[in-house]
Order: sequence, then C-alpha cells, then structure tokens
Amino acid sequence: MLGADAMARCLLEEQVKVVFGYPGVAICPFFNSMLAVDIDRVLVRTEQNAAHMANGYARISGNVGVCIATSGPGATNLITGIATAYADSIPIVCITGQVDSKQLGSDVFQEADITGAVESFVKYSYLVKDVEDIPRIFREAFHIASTGRKGPVLIDVPIDIQNAAISKFVYPQEVYLRTYKPTVKGHVVQIKKVIKAISRAERPIICAGGGVLLSEGAHELRDFAHRCNIPVVSTLMGIGVMPTDDPLYFGMVGNNGKSYANRAMNESDLIIMIGARVADRAISQPDLTMDNTVLVHIDVDPAEIGKNVGSHIPLVGDIKTILKDMEKYEIRCDIDDWIERLNEYKRNEPERKPPREEYVDPARFIEMLSDKLNDDAVYVADVGQNQMWSCGYHKVKNGRFLTSGGMGTMGYSIPAAIGARAAARDRQIVAVCGDGSFQMSMMELATMQQHGLPVKIIIFHNGYLGLVREYQYKTYKGHYSVVDLSGSPDFGKLASAYDIPFFKLENMSNADEVIDEFLSIKDPALMEVMIDPLDVVK
Amino acid sequence: MQRKVFQLLVDNQAGVLSRISGLFSRRGYNIESITAGTTSDPRYTRITIVANGDEAILDQIEKQVGKLIDVRKVMELKPDSSVFRELILIKVKATDNQRQAIVSVSDIFRAKIIDVDMDSMIIELTGNQSKIEAFLDLLKGYEILQIARTGIAGLTRGAADV
Repeated sequence: MLGADAMARCLLEEQVKVVFGYPGVAICPFFNSMLAVDIDRVLVRTEQNAAHMANGYARISGNVGVCIATSGPGATNLITGIATAYADSIPIVCITGQVDSKQLGSDVFQEADITGAVESFVKYSYLVKDVEDIPRIFREAFHIASTGRKGPVLIDVPIDIQNAAISKFVYPQEVYLRTYKPTVKGHVVQIKKVIKAISRAERPIICAGGGVLLSEGAHELRDFAHRCNIPVVSTLMGIGVMPTDDPLYFGMVGNNGKSYANRAMNESDLIIMIGARVADRAISQPDLTMDNTVLVHIDVDPAEIGKNVGSHIPLVGDIKTILKDMEKYEIRCDIDDWIERLNEYKRNEPERKPPREEYVDPARFIEMLSDKLNDDAVYVADVGQNQMWSCGYHKVKNGRFLTSGGMGTMGYSIPAAIGARAAARDRQIVAVCGDGSFQMSMMELATMQQHGLPVKIIIFHNGYLGLVREYQYKTYKGHYSVVDLSGSPDFGKLASAYDIPFFKLENMSNADEVIDEFLSIKDPALMEVMIDPLDVVK
Repeated sequence: MQRKVFQLLVDNQAGVLSRISGLFSRRGYNIESITAGTTSDPRYTRITIVANGDEAILDQIEKQVGKLIDVRKVMELKPDSSVFRELILIKVKATDNQRQAIVSVSDIFRAKIIDVDMDSMIIELTGNQSKIEAFLDLLKGYEILQIARTGIAGLTRGAADV
C-alpha cells in the first residue's frame, strides 16, 4: 500500500462521499488511488471554487467538505476559498500535492510553501514528512476541522510521500491531541447566571449568529426563544436560525440590516449574543456603552468573548449542548410591552424607494421568489448589492440561507450552490448573484453540467459593480472608477453555449409567470433579471 | 499600557515558533521578547514571551495563543510569584587606561569578562531587567560596540509544575 492509497482509504474511513478538485503532477498519485475507492470526484474549473464547493457541501451536509489541488499555483489558487471558509468557520479539509520532500525549499518547478502561505487562514495545517503519519494526520485534520470552532485544515503531501510504501494502515479510532480539547459543555454556574439575568430582564433580545447553525442548534434556539418568550434578531450569518415570519423574529442587525433590529439591540436591557462574534458590520456601534444593558455572550470560542465587546456573562461551549442544558430551567418572560414596541418599530420601517418602472424591483422580486420557493429551499446569495437585497427581503422558511459573510468573497454563490447540490440531490437550490459576481465563477457552469450537479441561477444585471458604484456615488460624488461592466457577454447566448435553459425578466409586469416557469422546470436554469443601474441597497 | 510575561508550554515540533510569531504579527500585538528551549521532557518546548498592550489586548493575547493547536498551556508569570532572568553580552571599547575601571564596575554587578583584546572586551551579565538596565547606564561613559540580549526567561516559584 502506498501513501496515496492510504490517503484515499482515510477519506473512506471519514465517510467522505465527494471531493472537489483539480489535478496536477504533484497530486497525481493520490488521484490515481482515488480510482479504487467509491468517492465522487468533481473536476472544478479553477481551484478557488473547489474550496467554495467544499464549503457549500459542508454547510448543507453537516459533514466536512474536501477539496484537492496540486502544488504551486494549484495550492495558491485555493487560498481565497480557504480564507472564505475560515472567516465563516466552515469545516473543510484541503489536500494539496507538494514537490518531492527532498527538494523542498529549493524553489523547484511548482513549489509553493502553502502551509506557510495559509497560516493565517487555517485552523491548522500539516506538511506530511513521513508516510506512516498519514492515517493519524488525516484523522486529526477531520477532527480539528469539525470540532470546537470549526474551520479549514490543510494537509500538504509531497509526491514522494504519496509514492512511498506504508508499512501498515491502521486508522486511529480516537484522536489524541494533548493540546486541543475544545469546551463542549457550558459551565453550570454561568448557565445559572444567564437564567437569572433573563428572569430579571424587561427588554431581553437574542442575537443569533452563524455559530447556531454550525452547531446544528437552530431547532433548539427556536424552542428556547419561544419557551422563554424572548425576541430574536440575527446577524448576516445567522439568517435562517429563525423563520423570517416567526412572530418573535425581528430581522437582521447591522449596517445593512433592518433599523427595527438595530433598535431592538440598542434599547434592550439584556442582549444574549449566541454564536455571533460581534463583528464590525454586524453591530452598528460595537463600542456602544451599554451602561444599563447586560451582555451575555455564548460562544464555543473563548477568544471571541471580549474580543470586540466586553461581556458581563461569558458562557463558553457548544451552543446546541448549552441550549439543551438550559431546557431544564422553567422561565418565561412577561414582556408583552417590549414585544409590542418591537412590532411597532417593524410596522413603521420605512419602505424602500422603488426603482424606475422599466426595471425589476429587486426587493419585490426576491419576496415573490421566496414565497414561491419550497419550505426547505437553499438560497445562496453572492456578494454585493444582490447580497444586501437578498438578506433584506428573502424569507427563509425551514431552508437555509448561505452567503460569504466574513470575507465577502465575490463569486461564492455558484460554486457553493453546486457544492450544496452534491450534499442534497433533491432539494431546491437557487444561487442569486450579480453580473459582476457571476462572471467571477461562470466557468463552473461546465462543472455543474459535467457532473450532474444542476442548480438554478439568477443574475441581477445592472451593468455595474453595484455596491462599489453606490459607494463611489456617495463618497466620490458620482465619479465612477472601474465599476462599469460593459463588455459582459450575452447571458442568453452563454446559457445556450452550456445547454442551460434561459429566462429573462425585464420588469415586474410578468414577474409572477416567469418565476413560476423558472422554478417549475427541471434544473438547471439561468435567469437574467434586469436591474436599474442606478438602484441602491436602501 | 501594561507589560506581561507569558509562559507557554508547546509541542516541540517544526513550525511552532513561526505559528506563534505569525499570530503576534498578524493581529498587531506588541512582542518585547521571546525565548524558547526544550524542557526536561523533549516532547515540549517552554517559551517565555514578554508582551505589552492594554488590558483587553493582553487578555486577547492569552486567549488567542491558547487557541493555537500546538500550545498545550499558557499562563501569565506574575512578578511576585516568579523569577525572571535575562542574559546580555556587551562588547565595549576599552583602551589600556579604561580597562580597569570597566572591570571594577563589572565586579560590582557580578558580571564576567569573557573576552579581551587590545582595544575591546566582552562582558557577560545575567540578571533581571532592572539590573541589566542599571549596568548599561553605568557603561554609558564608554563606547559600546555591540550588544546581544537573550530576552527574558522565567519560571514560577515553588514546586507547582506547568
């Protein structure tokens, strides 16, 4: 058995069903060994998207996503995808080929110090130097990626190690890492403090982040909120923790969020941050002096507590476990006045100014679309104005809302949706992107067609890098620089080149029928939606 | 601005020091000195880091360093329950008529002369930082050619082990 065979065996032991990758000489032994195992191999069209597909796969399957690249440029092309996964704490394992270990450090053809290069974007990385270490390293890598605060782990394997014979293959049952033991159970004293704070609160609010979804604790959080009668707001990454129409849900917070959500945070006397890291875009005033506000911060990562905002009651542990532990405390807030106040704010939220009539109103379009989507649909938003409209107007029922939140990586939606398809063959999956972000990943239409991973794609076409244009309009008095997207292809011709059914929506007059038809036909399909070039987020 | 000494026990393997120093540089933490060496158990390396910053930064340093997979333990070495030592080598210009005066000062500080030639000498001094600073102050009248310092190493007092 060779090292490469052992690597393939490790993936089987980890019950990996699919890998996303791109070969090159330095990873060829491994791809050759992959022929012998029953794991789907998806050939992407550029490595960055292999990491995004692994990301989308991980978020929908709940398992670790796997991507593979060769040495040098293959590995460096992964970096943006790795950083994207790191910023959103998505568990992926990246396997890269490396030049012969005896030549490491001599700048030979396609050598890049990838473990060094990704150091600040990975939870951990390995450079395999002994073939006998392969089973242990793979076991550890999957364990580290998927426990505690999740995140990417990279394994760099020199070609001579892949080709070396391994004396015996024993896959470790247990992981023994002296230095890595993430906290799972919340401290009971802290839990009691939280309960006490809730019982005293007159205007409590829960702010749910992506950590709730990562711990698969959304169900428990909904239960908790309803049992205790506490209203909930969410961060961008926390969209979908609560159904949008839940009477206790009051929207997304932050610069681009709902003003009633921000008011709920600012006026509450007890903020329960749960699985959220109080990032700069999420909280309108991270340093807001909360003299009369008690702040509870529940997170699996102790380093997040107190990083951006001081916390009065820290509670470290796995969110799902903590929420389950809190079930035994009978507590119900009698705060109808507070909830009524929030409902009033919600009713008084100013309407968005609609665009010119000859164009599609993205807000109304997204509302119509999400009304028509299945209960468990996966909606993948890209980055830019399309993302802000999506998080503002998409109504999640019991499905998922995926986007690149922390890194804001354009081009995320299509590969992430394809990855999600690999995890959920029968679910409705829609990627919504702009004409800028679409062109960052449109090469993956081929991957989608080749591997039978079809999704529905919607392009908001406004001919601009809209969010940057909006920024330049406000900041530079409309002096636009390098935001004009003329030169974009005819998306209809492009769709037909890939043999993908195409729809075009010019304005709202026939939106209802076009969306119905778009959703009713078999995947894949591409819809171009004409947006007013001068439309703005709010 | 405060100053804290942290002691780390880490896995003794390639890349650990770069992971730690990389963490400091990318998060913009100020590192004053860092020393490392294997412990009596060759599986581990003991690292002493002197860092400065405000209370929140120092708290983050402890948490973020503790989060690194290779770091087994991190603790603050508190001045009243720990001992600190630093070693310094000073090459100073010393003509015939300066030499004796330098030797006298060195004697008072229990510093050692470890090399002498016609017009310079190298002095070795071990001590806590205030002793070293005081000694350097006294040498100000002479021409210091080169200085090499190890940075602080520290241990807690008593039998308690980290």
